[in-house]
Amino acid sequence: MLKILKYSFYDLMRSRWSYVYFLFYLLLGFVLLFLNNDVDKAVITLMNIIIVLTPLIGTIFGVMYYYNSKEFTELLLAQPINRSKIFMGQYLGISISLTLSLVLGLGIPFVLYGLFKSAAIFNFSLLLVVGAFLNFIFVALSYNIALSTENKIKGFGYAILMWLFLAVIYDGIFIISLVVFNSYPLDKFSLVATMFNPIDLSRILILLKLDISALLGYTGAVFRKFFGTNFGMLISMGVLVLWVVLPVLRMNFKLRKKDF
Amino acid sequence: MKYKIGLFFFFMAFAVSAKQIVVCQSCEVKTIKEAIKMAKDGDEILIKKGVYKEQDIVIDKPISLIGEKGAVIDGNNVGGILIFQTNNFKIKGLKIINVGLSYTIEYAAIKVIRANDFIIEDCIMENVFFGILVEKSKRGIIRNNKISSNRKNEASSGNGIHIWSGEEMKIYKNEMFGLRDGIYFEFVKNSIAHNNLSYNNIRYGLHFMFSNNNEYHHNEFRNNGAGVAVMFSKFTNMHHNKFRLNWGSASYGLLLKEIYDAEIYNNLFEQNTIGINAEGSTRINYKNNTFLRNGWAVKIAGACYSNIFIKNDFLNNSLDLAYNSNINDNKFDNNYWSEYTGYDLDKDGIGDVPYRPVKLFSYIVNKTPEALILLRSLFVDIINFSEKVSPVFTPTDLMDNNPIMKRIND
Amino acid sequence: MIEFKNLHKRFGKLVVLDGLDLEIHKGGIFAILGPNGSGKTTLIKCLLGMVIPNKGDIFFEKKSVLRKWAYRNNLNYLPQIANFPPNLTVLELINMVKNLRPKESNEQELIELFGLKSFLDKKLGNLSGGTKQKVNVVLAFMFDSDLIVLDEPTNGLDPIALIHLKEIIQKEKEKGKTILITTHIMSFVDEVADEIVFLLDGKIYFKGTVDAIKKQTNNDNLEHAIANLIAKQYA
Repeated sequence: MLKILKYSFYDLMRSRWSYVYFLFYLLLGFVLLFLNNDVDKAVITLMNIIIVLTPLIGTIFGVMYYYNSKEFTELLLAQPINRSKIFMGQYLGISISLTLSLVLGLGIPFVLYGLFKSAAIFNFSLLLVVGAFLNFIFVALSYNIALSTENKIKGFGYAILMWLFLAVIYDGIFIISLVVFNSYPLDKFSLVATMFNPIDLSRILILLKLDISALLGYTGAVFRKFFGTNFGMLISMGVLVLWVVLPVLRMNFKLRKKDF
Repeated sequence: MKYKIGLFFFFMAFAVSAKQIVVCQSCEVKTIKEAIKMAKDGDEILIKKGVYKEQDIVIDKPISLIGEKGAVIDGNNVGGILIFQTNNFKIKGLKIINVGLSYTIEYAAIKVIRANDFIIEDCIMENVFFGILVEKSKRGIIRNNKISSNRKNEASSGNGIHIWSGEEMKIYKNEMFGLRDGIYFEFVKNSIAHNNLSYNNIRYGLHFMFSNNNEYHHNEFRNNGAGVAVMFSKFTNMHHNKFRLNWGSASYGLLLKEIYDAEIYNNLFEQNTIGINAEGSTRINYKNNTFLRNGWAVKIAGACYSNIFIKNDFLNNSLDLAYNSNINDNKFDNNYWSEYTGYDLDKDGIGDVPYRPVKLFSYIVNKTPEALILLRSLFVDIINFSEKVSPVFTPTDLMDNNPIMKRIND
Repeated sequence: MIEFKNLHKRFGKLVVLDGLDLEIHKGGIFAILGPNGSGKTTLIKCLLGMVIPNKGDIFFEKKSVLRKWAYRNNLNYLPQIANFPPNLTVLELINMVKNLRPKESNEQELIELFGLKSFLDKKLGNLSGGTKQKVNVVLAFMFDSDLIVLDEPTNGLDPIALIHLKEIIQKEKEKGKTILITTHIMSFVDEVADEIVFLLDGKIYFKGTVDAIKKQTNNDNLEHAIANLIAKQYA
């Protein structure tokens, strides 16, 4: 697995798109910090971007890599290695190279800015951790879609739809159901609904740091326990890990029966 | 000023004839009560190092009570400790501990009844029910005291400095924590509280009820139920205070209820659940305040008329402004909003398009508090944008026509 | 050496292999032929473990291969389409494949033979289709394995490379290797193959030497002989 990982990682790190992605974050980091001079605001803007863009890029890279390397994957499948190792290697290769683009792209401007002296270091690292999680989750999800869809165009379409659903539509349905069922106790429902969407989950993790003053305005006991203690942080992190583990397990399950 | 000079001559006169009574375990006079019995007007009682287990010490003549370092009066959690019923007294440097708890009587470390022209300074009060309780008094100075307790709920706790019916009081450089209210003004006029630090109190850091023409400035209120509550009061002047970290479902930096004609300027509201919560507040000028990373910077609940917000900084608050109705009689102008996305083509430092501080999302959260969990979601940004373009639910005329492009009160 | 037993494979409703039985002995060149969609590629992919049969079993050197992977160390495969990670160099790719197999390899000889030396440091994404196919051939022949599976090996090769390819195939045969080839180029089959396996409707329709098929169809030209076989089926 490590051998496959190594080479897909090499391959991806030298691809033009990795550079574009890296440069995008680099530029973003510099613009936010040096034209703005407000670290708090930079972190908020970055959150908005990371939460939407990382899943999108992870999804696109995931499906593209799968379909583009289909033939090469067949060559690998004829080698004396386990199937799941080939795909896990590729999966980790993509996820790690994307994460590296993110961490270096944003890390360099922040380090130059003197982030380590700033109090925002914790918020910023949390942002990177969440971004990394989103990469691993969405590459896994898109690999699942690609593995289940032979047709490249269809697979691409489904993947983008999945992203659109999780990034926008889900929250729309969520907020509408909150407003409609206004007269019922909704605290448990809203926390559970958050857990079912990795983007919402990542958002909550960052909100726990950035907007804790607002979140503590909730009256419900469940909310108070979730937001007022480390409980919320732990649960969210745990569920994020599940969001990586479950698609990866499903990938391995799917692989056992898949024909190439 | 006039009374200050009077006070000066008053003490000068005593300096000539006053004598000192020393209290200590090995002295002739062993208890404070004994010393007070012996003392004449204008005498000074010097309390030496040691623990004095006494309660209900009534002082009814104008004398000074001075504690040496290490002088402690321990009330044994029975009742009140010192009760002053005289004008022109002074108490300094004492440590007073363990005031009794009662649900019917307001026991205090230092109770002052119908006294004018007094000074309470450099005292430490620990494990108190009420710290300093002043009734129907004038021209008192309370300074450099440290008052604390460790109470868990409102019913079993008292206030740090409680003034009931007073005039021209000066309260400064005191530190209060673990109480119900740090400082409580009830029917108080023409008084000032400044440079106090009030934190970790169960209810309010500072509380005004039916008190007019008062001023407080340069105080810090941190992590209280609410920083400051001003209720049913007129002409209150609030400036250069810091309201920080007041977190909770009913927590505010500043709570305004039924107040008129107040000035609020140069204050900092940082990381409170709600920076300012205003209900029935009229003719209030908010100027040069900084609202930093609050849940809601300002929440206008109802019946607030003719309020003016000028030159305030709204920085990275989760929500800048919440309104529970779509009528508006308040004015926002020349503020800095970190959320503002407009442009300034003519480079005059003022944004060329108006800013609407009330978002559709803040309207939704008002109706359905749980929706707050969707804060900063892309979907929320989209609906906020559409509401911004054509307002339906939020007050149409509520906007800052001249948003400033740079921070004002940096 | 290889034995397919009652092999069934469906893709959805489409039956591709329908109870196929086939035995291939060690040594020699076997051409697997058949019209489009007759299941040639599926058969090979079953052997390679890429396609999982619905029913039946496959034995390679007397051991079942289903859900195993170690047996592939004694097997070389040349895929139909040469498509490699575009940002790796030729050398890196060769090293990667070497890395995956704990086995001796003789890539230098092959690189020289196909004139790939000057391409070693080029990125695979920048190579022409023919050059990629040459790299493909190198990857397939650089290991010393008992079984070599070639899927359309002549795709995009220039005449010289094609001659080299034939030479290599002959050389491997002389070493006693078993070589399976699928192709549509009948002249190539005529030239190199010892035996022909003809697939039709997911079954073995014919298995025998090139001469046998010519005799059976009464046709001296292999291309026509095969056409004859297919025509019979359509009739």
